[in-house]
Amino acid sequence: MKRIALLGMPNTGKSTFFNRVSGASARVGNWPGITVDLMAAKLLLGGHIVEIIDLPGIYDLHGFSDDESVVRHFLENNDVDLAVIVLNGSQIDRQLSLALQVRALGLPCILLLNMSDEAKKSGITFNLPGMQQQLQMPVMQISAKHGNGCAEALKEAARHLAEKHPSPADIREQLKNDDTIENQMEAIVKSTVHYPAQLDDVVTSRIDRVLLHPWLGLPLFFAAMYLLFQFIFTLGTPLQEGIAWALDLFRADVLEPLLQPAPGWFSGLMLDGIYNGIGTVAAFIPIIVLFFLVMTMVEDSGYLSRAAFLVDALMAKMGLDGRGFVMMLMGFGCNVPALMGTRVMRSRNMRLLTMLVIPLSLCSARLQVFLFMTATLFTPKQAPLVLFSLYMVSFATIFLTAVIYKGRYSSTEPFILELPPYRFPTPRQIWLRGWQEVRHFLTRASKFIIIGVLLVWALTNFPSDVPAASAGTIAGMIGTWLAPVLNPVGIDGQLAIALIFGFVAKEIVVGALAVIYGLQGDALMQVMATKLDWVQGMSFMLFTLIYTPCLSTIATLKNESKSIGFMMLSLLWSLGLAWVVSFVFYQTARALGY
Amino acid sequence: MSDLSQLQPGAYAVICGIDADESLFQRLAALGFRIGKKIEVIRRASFNGPLHVRIGTTDIILRITEARRIQISQQ
Repeated sequence: MKRIALLGMPNTGKSTFFNRVSGASARVGNWPGITVDLMAAKLLLGGHIVEIIDLPGIYDLHGFSDDESVVRHFLENNDVDLAVIVLNGSQIDRQLSLALQVRALGLPCILLLNMSDEAKKSGITFNLPGMQQQLQMPVMQISAKHGNGCAEALKEAARHLAEKHPSPADIREQLKNDDTIENQMEAIVKSTVHYPAQLDDVVTSRIDRVLLHPWLGLPLFFAAMYLLFQFIFTLGTPLQEGIAWALDLFRADVLEPLLQPAPGWFSGLMLDGIYNGIGTVAAFIPIIVLFFLVMTMVEDSGYLSRAAFLVDALMAKMGLDGRGFVMMLMGFGCNVPALMGTRVMRSRNMRLLTMLVIPLSLCSARLQVFLFMTATLFTPKQAPLVLFSLYMVSFATIFLTAVIYKGRYSSTEPFILELPPYRFPTPRQIWLRGWQEVRHFLTRASKFIIIGVLLVWALTNFPSDVPAASAGTIAGMIGTWLAPVLNPVGIDGQLAIALIFGFVAKEIVVGALAVIYGLQGDALMQVMATKLDWVQGMSFMLFTLIYTPCLSTIATLKNESKSIGFMMLSLLWSLGLAWVVSFVFYQTARALGY
Repeated sequence: MSDLSQLQPGAYAVICGIDADESLFQRLAALGFRIGKKIEVIRRASFNGPLHVRIGTTDIILRITEARRIQISQQ
């Protein structure tokens, strides 16, 4: 099998080219010497099976950023037959250095000048034969977005697959050498690229004048975020409900009659264990698709970098950057896609810090629990204030966590970002991204989630001779056993069982309370109102807000960080913080005589 | 001589020195910050936020701390 590495600077459309040539066949793969996911696809090219790998966008082969070392480690540890270099044609004057650096390694290369449409619009013309001769590699113009020249580029690539190429060990040696490239670059650009007197960036400048306006910029940013948020969740919630409805229908009409003859424990295991696990996974699909549809638009249009520009001043104090802020806001909808979205951050430490704070955002699932609890324990006048205070606590815990951990996850990467011109992503780009992310979530997280759901089912259903979710089950025993820890925060045995259910997903906490108290709807609210006072209820809500968001979030944390240690840190930190906050609240309120 | 962080929006200058460690230097160089290049500040973000600058055909945002390391001379 032959291997082609795709190399290029950030924002040059390298991944767009990759998606175009690989279609939907791309897979996430692991590679020797590398800790991040890379996309790869297998193609049939000129009689060879060719694996094509989309390496992260980099500015410099010799740079020091995390992405640059990923690319170096990849080339030093994996045999590569051909390097396909994708550069932005209209920024060739500074991007050519990368092509020269790759060529200096001795790898067979072809150079693709992408965004031929933009170069054309700006009036830049290339003397391609001249450039080919000086670079000693094939040079072609393409538009990955519109597909122009992509097929020809692949054909050209096929012609160079059999060439002699250096081994990974040779490349390791080569990478130690450097320089002379700067001078070469200027000479080639001067003699082969013709620039018009003035580049036409008028449209981008005009949009920027409004969107980055000193006074209007931030309000517009928050308005845009609010609209995107509304779009995702007004469209996503009915879809989620639709999936839940379909799953319930299938369960009632097909699975339950089918499992009728089976013993009770078996149908319980299948229905409340495995089938519910599948349902938990499925509930995230619409939100993830919609989230990435929107994020692809925000990212590829060039607005994400601009949002970073607008809010960076606030975020820098927390050790985070502007892009982290966008993901954090999205976390208030659902933590899972927000965590996946942190992949746009290229510094690992910065990304870990952002991933550590996102689970503290009050997501829509937790909101459901709080709506129920506030309706039960507070008057309609008090309820909105209580909800508002919970949002404030959420922000406060995020801030506190960032400040405490920013030393540990300090990022050495300077905040210097390129602002690309505004672009319209094509629908194809958007759909491919949404689909890839869902597949990624399904393959990586579903097993973990289903096992977790099974475990909670077992805890709340065994031993089988007592009622489910009662004090006699293992969960009940854990609740009793934890009493010395949970009593000081006002959480009794029954609420402790609800918290164990809440570990799976916050959506099921209210349902769990119904099972635990053996009541539904208004009757449940009345009993809870008599059994709990508002201080206990508030303490329970604070605990629910801060302790682990849900199993899917934990699974995503593990996948995205590729570190069980990091996942455990997040888990234990939020548990500890939840306890401390609830303890301080409960004891203070009691001491004040409430 | 002054540094980039002092340049006002709309003003041009020429880069005459970059005082940075190797990793920052590499990054700046890759984005086109080189001695002798003309640089323009397009705008500055509110609350002492980042600068939006233009070098040649490339727009870049960078924080004040990094901008302080770039020496400029205004003709």
